[in-house]
Amino acid sequence: MFGLLDANNFYVSCERCFEPRMAGRPVVVLSANDGACIARSNEAKDLGVRMAQPFFQVRHLVRTAGLVAVSANFELYADMSSRMMDIADRYAPDVVPYSIDEAFLQMAGLRGDLVAIGRDLRATVLRETGLPTSVGFAPTMTLAKLANHVAKTAERQPGAYPAHLTQVCDFATLSRAALDRVFAATDVGAVWGVGTQIGARLVASGVRTVLDLVRCDAAALRRQFSVVLEKTLLELRGTPCLRLDEAPAAKQQILVSRSFGQAVTSADGITEAVSEFASRAAEKLRDQASAARSIAVFFTTSPFRPHDRQHSVHVVTPLARPSADTRLLVAAAVRTVRTNFRDGFNYAKAGVTLIDLQPARLQQGELDLRSPGTAEAPHGTGRDRPQLMATIDALNRRYGRDSIHIGSAALASHGEEVRIWATKQERRSPRVTTRWDEMRVVRA
Amino acid sequence: MHSLDEARGAPLARSDSAAPARRPTASAGFGSPGSDSTVRRIDLNDALIRHPQASYVMRAAGGAMTDAGIDDGDVLLVDRAIRPASGHVVIAVVDSELTCRRLSHHDGATVLRAASPGHPDVLIGPDRPLEVWGVVTHVIKSLLS
Repeated sequence: MFGLLDANNFYVSCERCFEPRMAGRPVVVLSANDGACIARSNEAKDLGVRMAQPFFQVRHLVRTAGLVAVSANFELYADMSSRMMDIADRYAPDVVPYSIDEAFLQMAGLRGDLVAIGRDLRATVLRETGLPTSVGFAPTMTLAKLANHVAKTAERQPGAYPAHLTQVCDFATLSRAALDRVFAATDVGAVWGVGTQIGARLVASGVRTVLDLVRCDAAALRRQFSVVLEKTLLELRGTPCLRLDEAPAAKQQILVSRSFGQAVTSADGITEAVSEFASRAAEKLRDQASAARSIAVFFTTSPFRPHDRQHSVHVVTPLARPSADTRLLVAAAVRTVRTNFRDGFNYAKAGVTLIDLQPARLQQGELDLRSPGTAEAPHGTGRDRPQLMATIDALNRRYGRDSIHIGSAALASHGEEVRIWATKQERRSPRVTTRWDEMRVVRA
Repeated sequence: MHSLDEARGAPLARSDSAAPARRPTASAGFGSPGSDSTVRRIDLNDALIRHPQASYVMRAAGGAMTDAGIDDGDVLLVDRAIRPASGHVVIAVVDSELTCRRLSHHDGATVLRAASPGHPDVLIGPDRPLEVWGVVTHVIKSLLS
């Protein structure tokens, strides 16, 4: 059995944790340069604010509808994410963060009522972080995603699904007929792996709901669409085709992670692992012609070794500009390890997630005032070097993975190439959990 | 010189229930104690923070809690994993503001009490539900200005 824990309107919920005034009001979180709405509260959605809508188009709602707009505070979100993931670790033997606000949980071998476990997990995350979440359980990852969607939608739109599926939804508790009714009430576009384009093609060929899709002929689906969609179909029918460590890259993130066979205790060991993960993630990133705007690194001890002291690090580093360059991504990952590593722990697992992806061709040039590079010597400019990267990829394909890789040690000294968030953010809330001089002030 | 365990490269057993620090190991010979990594300096995180995922740091502003030892500008450690009980100093949401008060359940009434003369208590009732954000566990005062 798999679980999927997902925070509701995560960025907005993080902001609300420390600002009770935002409760019940329409809130949007704005992207870099305050350009677009990248997160919306339910109230903002009800006002008609669309995902990624340019802020200037909705700015009037600040006056007319009490809309609150804040700049993204990625340090806060990264820390709150880390808290949520750590809590999830208490509930499942294996937890794989899938993006900043969601994680897959491997529930195999756990006894007891999953719905009760899910409610307890949800209540604990809410109590300890203030974040509202939804939890889905099912025999496959694709179904767990869907169960989560049902749990979330049942809460947001009462009546859309049976009330007992609100907040926590375990498909395994439903009869075949009840599950079919849930499938029939769900648009095919809500299925994990069915993107907008495929969704539109499916609808055009008469496959509108999840139930329609489940009843498709698998071979026909493979011929008409792809093997990937056939796998999705099998997963919807309850046949696991995906494992926790091979979740397909969602459009917005690429994850490479691994549990260590033997505990890793040294900074060098973690650095080595994380460098490798960052390299592989960067390769996948280039394969799909994307660039990442942020890189998340985690390394953690195992809560299932209760006699070990526990420590876990989940840090998201926003990049100064989107990058698909192995050197920059590895350097950022290595720096996270160097800053956050603590001696004396048995680290059991580490990973790298590239998040906030965009097409590589959108890459912007920028005026770089900090590096000594010149037009003749582009090495120091911090620019991506697509040709170099393409060559590395080609060599690794021809001669096997890691024929060529980036030396982390050399990169660590060039850490300054990766600059922390440096864009205009006029409305950013204080970084209350990561900066001593920005802590929340309370009335006493 | 290292203990035999370490010399063999085996991971240190952590079966003892105390387990906060590495188990001190008997060392043979005249090894330098300074190079031994089996001691651990006091870590304030370990000492003061029981629930790291649920712990937050906040700064008090105002004089309503001075008799509870909380002065203007003090730093508060707040733990959201602790269930609030009568007598706890808590951070509560009062009129949409995070507010530090002492929680009191007494004679069937729930009150958020100030701890300083001249500051009114807040009576919890149907029109004003109790919303506790977290429980204050420690106060940090700076004695140097």
